[in-house]
Amino acid sequence: MKLADVTTEEYLHHGGMACPGCGAYLGLRLALKALGKNTILFNVTGCIATTLIMGVTKIPYIHTLFENGPAIASGTDFGLRILGKREGVNLLVYAGDGGTADIGLQSLSGAIERGHDFIYICYDNESYMNTGGQRSGTTPLGAITTTTPVGKKISGETRPLELKKDMLEIVAAHGTPYVASASIAYPMDFMDKVKRAAETKGPAYIHLFATCPTGWGADPSKTIEIARLAVQTGLVNLFEIINGERRITVKVRSRKPVTEYLKHQRRFKHVLENPDLINALQEYVDKKCARLGID
Amino acid sequence: MEVWSGNRAAAESAKRARVQVVSAYPITPQSSVMEYMAQFISDGELDAEMIRVESEHSALSAACGASLSGARTFTATSSQGLMLMAEVLFFASGLRLPIVMALPNRSLESPVNIWSDHQDSLVVRDSGWIQLYANSVQEVHDMIVQAFKLAENERILLPTMVCYEGFLISHVAEVLEPLPQEKVDAFLPEPDPKWAVFDLDNPFQINELLTPEAFPEYRYKQHTAMKRSIDVYKEIGAEFQEKFSRSYEPVMGYKVDDAEVLIVGLGSIMSTTKYVVNELREKGEKIGLVDIKMFRPFPEKEFREITRDARVLAVMDKDIGFGTSGMVYPDITRTWYNRDGPLTMNFIVGLGGREVVPETIKRIYEIAQKADRKVIEKEGEIYWPDTLTEVIM
Repeated sequence: MKLADVTTEEYLHHGGMACPGCGAYLGLRLALKALGKNTILFNVTGCIATTLIMGVTKIPYIHTLFENGPAIASGTDFGLRILGKREGVNLLVYAGDGGTADIGLQSLSGAIERGHDFIYICYDNESYMNTGGQRSGTTPLGAITTTTPVGKKISGETRPLELKKDMLEIVAAHGTPYVASASIAYPMDFMDKVKRAAETKGPAYIHLFATCPTGWGADPSKTIEIARLAVQTGLVNLFEIINGERRITVKVRSRKPVTEYLKHQRRFKHVLENPDLINALQEYVDKKCARLGID
Repeated sequence: MEVWSGNRAAAESAKRARVQVVSAYPITPQSSVMEYMAQFISDGELDAEMIRVESEHSALSAACGASLSGARTFTATSSQGLMLMAEVLFFASGLRLPIVMALPNRSLESPVNIWSDHQDSLVVRDSGWIQLYANSVQEVHDMIVQAFKLAENERILLPTMVCYEGFLISHVAEVLEPLPQEKVDAFLPEPDPKWAVFDLDNPFQINELLTPEAFPEYRYKQHTAMKRSIDVYKEIGAEFQEKFSRSYEPVMGYKVDDAEVLIVGLGSIMSTTKYVVNELREKGEKIGLVDIKMFRPFPEKEFREITRDARVLAVMDKDIGFGTSGMVYPDITRTWYNRDGPLTMNFIVGLGGREVVPETIKRIYEIAQKADRKVIEKEGEIYWPDTLTEVIM
C-alpha cells in the first residue's frame, strides 16, 4: 500500500474523547481507513470504548463487555451467514491489552479455535489505562503502574518470567492463518497488515503497539517517536505469520539500546537508576531479537 | 403422541420454531438439549448454525451477536452455567434482544449438587429476562415456541427463559402431543427483526454509555415492556389455545373456588400438588393450588384475582434467600400487602433435589390449615417441612 492509496475518507467523526497523543485512537482510525465502510466494529470495553461514547463511528458499532468481544463477533459471523448476508462484511474486534491478554483471553482463544472469520486488533498500551493505569498481563518488566507503584520495598512490575505476556505466540499456536505485530509509528506497514487480515478467510490477529502518553508519563507530542523507538530498540518487532511462516516486515539495521526507549517515559524512571533491571531488559530483548532473526 | 424427555421436548420445540442460530455449552442437566439440536442440524432437519462455544459466558455472548445480526437465536444452560452468564443476562436484556433460553433448573454450589431446585433461575429473577416455568414435558414443548412469540413481539423485545426442573422434567420421559410444524409456522412466522440489528446502510452505535440524564428512563422502558408482557402472554395463550387446544395463563389455579388453603408454587412440584389436592378434596378438605407459570414479570393482578377468597396462601419455595425467606415468597406477600387478603406462609422444600413427595405437601397443608395470626405471631411464617432443622441446630 502506498500513501497515495490511503483513502481520505474518515470513518470516525470528530468528537472522540481520547487523550492527546492517544496511540490506540490513531490505530482505530488507520484500521478503518484500511477496511472501509462495510465493517462492523466490536469495540471491547477499554479506553477506545470510552472515547467513542458520542456516536462518532460511521459504521455499525457495539460496545461489548470486557471479555466477550470475540464471542459476540462469533455469533454475528454465523448469524449473518445463515441469513445470507455474510459476504463482503468485515467483522473487526478492537480491544485493549487487558481485554485481550487477561480477561478476554478465553473468548479470543475460543473464537479463533472455532475458525470464525473475523479480524482482531489488540491495541497494546501495556496496562489498564481506562481505569487509571493498573498493571495488566502485558505490562513490561519494571514498569510503574498504579498497582505496581514505586515503594520503599518493591518498585514497579516484578514479573519473574518473560518481559510481558506474548500474545503473538499464543495466538500463532492456535494455527491462526494470519498473525501480525504492528506499530502506530509504521502506519503503512500497519494498514497493509489490516488489509491482509481482511483478505484472510478465518481469524486474523494483529497486535498493535500503541503509545499511551497519559499512562506512561510521556509527552503527547512524542507518541510516534516513542513507538518508533520501541521498534528501533527491538522491544517491539514487526512481523507477520502467514499460515505458520514468519516474515519480518520492518528490519532494524542497528538496534539502539533499550534505554533510548525507556528514557522518554516516567513509568521507567526508577529502571533507569537500576543497572540490573536495565541489563535484564536488554537481555530479554537481545534474546528475543536473536530468536526472531531481527538483527 | 410421543414419549419424550423434557430436554428432547425443548429441542423439538426450538426446531419447530425454526431457530437460525444455536449457541450453548455443555452442563448437566442441560447438555442433551444442545446434543439434540446438533443432531437436527447434522441430519439436515434444521437449517441453522450451531456455535459450540468455550464457556457459558461466551454462549450467551455469541447468542447476543447472532441476535444482533437479526437471526432467531436459541441457547440453553443450567445452574453454574447460568451464574457464569449472569453478566451477559443483563447485557442481553438491556439491549432488548429476543433470545430464548431453555433452563433445566439445578441447584448451585457449594456444596456440589447436580440435582434440581430453583436456586439458579430465581437468583437471576431480576436480570430483565421474562421467566416462564413449565411443570411437565408437554409444557416445556409448548412454552419454547410461545417464548419466541413473546420475546420477538414488537411491544416486548425481551429475552425469555423457559425454566423446568433438571432430571424431574429434563430427563423424565412423558407422553406428549408434539406441535405440528405447519401449525407452528402459522403461529410463529419467520422473524421480522424489530430489535437492534447491525445495518451497514444505516449505521448506529449500540450499547453506548448512558448518563444519569437518561438512564432511569431507559430502565423504566425496560420495566414497562416487562409489565406489558403479562397481557401479551395472555393474548399468546389465547391464540395457542385456539390453535393447539391447550390453555396457558400467567397464573393458573386449580380447585380455587371454595378453597381455604391454596398451595402456591412453580414447576414440577405443582403437578405433585395437584395429585395431593385431588386426594384431599375427596376427603372433603378445602384445598386448591395456584401454579405460577410466569414469575417475571410477576402477574400480581392476576394472582390477586385468583387468591382473593382464600384464607391462607402456603407458598412453596424450592430455593432459599439466605437469612430471609424463599425467593418466590416476597412477591406473594407484596401482592397482598396494604390490602385485605389471605394470610401468607412460606415453606422451603426440595433443596438440592430432595424429593417433594405427597406427604410433604400434606404436612404443609396441615400446618397452613391450622394457622391464624396468633400462630404465625408465635411460630413465625417460614417453615422447612422436609429439612431436619432440629438435628442441625
